[in-house]
Amino acid sequence: MIDVHMILNGKTVKVTVDDGEILLDTVRERLGLTGTKRGCEVGECGACTVLIDDIPVDSCIYLSAWANGHRVMTIEGVETDGELAAIQQSFIDNGAIQCGFCTPGMVLTAYSLLKRNLHPTTEEIKKGMAGNMCRCAAYIQIADAVQKAGEIMAKAIDEVKEKSL
Amino acid sequence: MYDVEKLYQPQSIEEALKILSEDSDAWIIAGGTDVMIKMRHKKMRHVRLMSIRQIGTLKGVEKLEDGTVTIGPATTFTELAAEPIIVKELPMLKTAALSMGGPQIQNMATIGGNVCNGATSADSASSLFALDAALVLECQDDSRVVPIEEFYLGPGRTDIKPGEMLTKIIIPPRKEGLFGCAYIKFATRKAMDIAILGAAATCVLDKEDKHIERATIALGVAAPTPVRCIEAEKLLNGQKLTKELLEQAGRAALASANPRSSWRASKEYRECLIEELSARAFYKAFLEAGGHEL
Repeated sequence: MIDVHMILNGKTVKVTVDDGEILLDTVRERLGLTGTKRGCEVGECGACTVLIDDIPVDSCIYLSAWANGHRVMTIEGVETDGELAAIQQSFIDNGAIQCGFCTPGMVLTAYSLLKRNLHPTTEEIKKGMAGNMCRCAAYIQIADAVQKAGEIMAKAIDEVKEKSL
Repeated sequence: MYDVEKLYQPQSIEEALKILSEDSDAWIIAGGTDVMIKMRHKKMRHVRLMSIRQIGTLKGVEKLEDGTVTIGPATTFTELAAEPIIVKELPMLKTAALSMGGPQIQNMATIGGNVCNGATSADSASSLFALDAALVLECQDDSRVVPIEEFYLGPGRTDIKPGEMLTKIIIPPRKEGLFGCAYIKFATRKAMDIAILGAAATCVLDKEDKHIERATIALGVAAPTPVRCIEAEKLLNGQKLTKELLEQAGRAALASANPRSSWRASKEYRECLIEELSARAFYKAFLEAGGHEL
């Protein structure tokens, strides 16, 4: 057994895991955060995406022990005090959800992408989200949602800047 | 949860080599994008794993005074593609890194793991073949340097011995002159796919009259291991490139290849790809080096 100290969705968490445990099992089974979905289990579909230090990884092929000392974000950590983040609201507003199974992974990858670039081109979105599959094939709406969320976020940042001047 | 008896997490190369000297059956895991999948498919059971991704000295790219570039094997593909030395001087490795899997995989998978997995389809391997890379293999009391061509013994089989670990990838200085390089991955999808064929090439042109000083071409998935196309290189070396010569070189690349049929593509289809893509990759490298359009 290995002790893992991590900052999970902004809170310090200590959890004891098995040597061969994957982060997907730790967050779902030990910590009860079932927003992270179990998909292909071989790093192909991206449904289990979580962010480690803001970078998307497939939690199905990520040893829990590796999370020690890192920041981990699951879909439960995207909203703030019950208020949806811009990227989440944008998925709803743009109809980027059909069955919803891929959505947590999609939102997290998009969150990470927008954190690095608020104005991604469609090509950059396609590349940046190539590791997330949507078997309902809502890709066009998803790409739209990401682009529009970026615009809304950029506008909000500009407004804050203007106010502070 | 996987059937892992013990996970070692050494913090230094020395500590890792000591663990391997005492437990040579321990499997080295870096990014886990191959090892974890083997466990999922129950090809590996009841194993002891030694993780090396946390060892900082196994990461990063450096350029030495003589022009040699060294790559830490635990460097992830995302890190590799962002390394200024790679972007500026060896962009074929950036192309290879970003052609591999998708972002999540590139964030975890390492170049050392890609090589040590022993797959002919490894996107970084054909480029490393074309760059005459050598591998530093260390065990507790010894170390040796193996040219990458000798490292691959067969599909999934490499020359890494019990107790040994890959600690550095060395790319020797390029020959004096104008340098260009290219990697072309042929797959049915733009991401999350394994190459049907991978073609890597480098070209050094004479500064004065732009004849080919040195050509290298290497292929992945054209044989049980990545291969260098010596016959094609011989044809090109010392010549001025023409359309005819480029076509001849493509045909000559076939002599080094021994493709097989798989569900991804037939042998015959791969042969067509080898001829075409060897020539295309070299032509791209030639243009990158400053050669004139044909």
